[in-house]
Amino acid sequence: MRRMLVAGHDGLLVECEDLEDVMALHRSLEASRPAGVIDLVPAARTLLLTFDATTSRSDLVAAVTRAGAAEAGLAHPVPEVVIEVTYDGEDLAEVAELTGIPADEVVRRHQAADHVVAFTGFAPGFAYIAGGDPALVVPRRDTPRTRVPAGSVALAGEFTGIYPREGPGGWQLIGRTDSVLWDLRRENPALLTPGAPVRFTEAGS
Amino acid sequence: MIEVLRAGPLTTMQDLGRPGLAHLGVGRSGAVDRPSLGLANRLVGNDEGAAALEVTFGGTALRATGPLTVALTGAPCTVRVNGRGSDMCAPLSLAAGDVLELGMPSRGVRTYLAVRGGFECELVLGSAATDLLSGLGPTPVRDGDLLVVGRACTAQPGVDVAPVRQLPDEPVLRVVPGPRVDWFAPDALMVLGRSRHEVTSSSDRIGVRLDGPVLERSRTDELPSEGMVEGSVQVPPDGHPVVFLADHPVTGGYPVIAVLHPDDIAVAAQLRPGQAVRFDVRPPI
Repeated sequence: MRRMLVAGHDGLLVECEDLEDVMALHRSLEASRPAGVIDLVPAARTLLLTFDATTSRSDLVAAVTRAGAAEAGLAHPVPEVVIEVTYDGEDLAEVAELTGIPADEVVRRHQAADHVVAFTGFAPGFAYIAGGDPALVVPRRDTPRTRVPAGSVALAGEFTGIYPREGPGGWQLIGRTDSVLWDLRRENPALLTPGAPVRFTEAGS
Repeated sequence: MIEVLRAGPLTTMQDLGRPGLAHLGVGRSGAVDRPSLGLANRLVGNDEGAAALEVTFGGTALRATGPLTVALTGAPCTVRVNGRGSDMCAPLSLAAGDVLELGMPSRGVRTYLAVRGGFECELVLGSAATDLLSGLGPTPVRDGDLLVVGRACTAQPGVDVAPVRQLPDEPVLRVVPGPRVDWFAPDALMVLGRSRHEVTSSSDRIGVRLDGPVLERSRTDELPSEGMVEGSVQVPPDGHPVVFLADHPVTGGYPVIAVLHPDDIAVAAQLRPGQAVRFDVRPPI
């Protein structure tokens, strides 16, 4: 069951059953966007809708309820994004130790999984990429790094993330990519947007 | 053009921001006190959302390189043109070479300066707003900058003098219980509503950080990050609330106990460090 929570006069926070449910609801609402919606903000367990002052909360609650029933046929196919990775991250050995899986097998499993962008946040262009191998779930580092290079490919919890620009970060670094995650000169500056399938491949292979 | 003789502590270009891009990880940003931005623009005949300067704690000195009409709204401060006192909340004509100086505001934090025609700057994702959290938009204004005045005015200014909004000594912000009120101790909302909170000096365009009685949580597990709205009263583990303003993060990992009434966000935007504030907890929506 989805739970509807009030987030102020112009916000509706939908608590979903799980990440799959968030993504299904987001796909459905993107495909037929209710009138008056300003932002759809998917996250790990929730989807936030913000709306303008002319829109009634009960109409949106009804739209979310309907979306649940009709979600199957509405999804737009989104092209797969291929990310070439050089798997030489500083934390690769630690990920191997934490998971009990040898580093080369970590790399193989990371490429084998059908990843998909669940949601974005933290910084423009930063995507939380789900669908990874369940055996590769690792905690964040105890002490975040003050400087993570742009293009770092990293794991935390059930997600893979790629740092769009240099900055602080606490995820476990497994590799790096030359893909540009955020570029204001592109029509869509973000390379990864919610719902996009993602394939990781080894660079140069 | 306008030459920046002194930028002051923090002066940024702002408009109505970038709504609708949260799914890319881009927040709204824009003027934190939107009604004041809109009034300044109306006073000079611009569209309400034209780019204008958001001057934080005054201290700015500007020189007109040609004849200009400007208007100042928001936090009241002394205004001098070539050393002579002048008024806020009214169109003000400047001749080439005139120097406009803003003092420290006597109340509030942010003064808005609109110029007839608007400021012309490069738009990022459709907006001229400086987002200090994500680094999008123009960099803050610096000494020596030359600001280009546009020609995008729609109308002759319609009002000569606008009523000055009073900024209360101890504002009361209306809130409705938020999405995560059930993560807090049963009396936490009452504590929020009955006590005075002091604005701390670490407040900025991201949020107003408050010090006061601790809001106790009933759940100590970690909240998965979720979407945040402007005006959210978010409570980090130390129990001291933060009221989110225009540059707030798109998602956050601490529970929101209450959310401001939309009309009170502009009041929160003018809260000064050291000032006391109260909350009026309204019935749930």
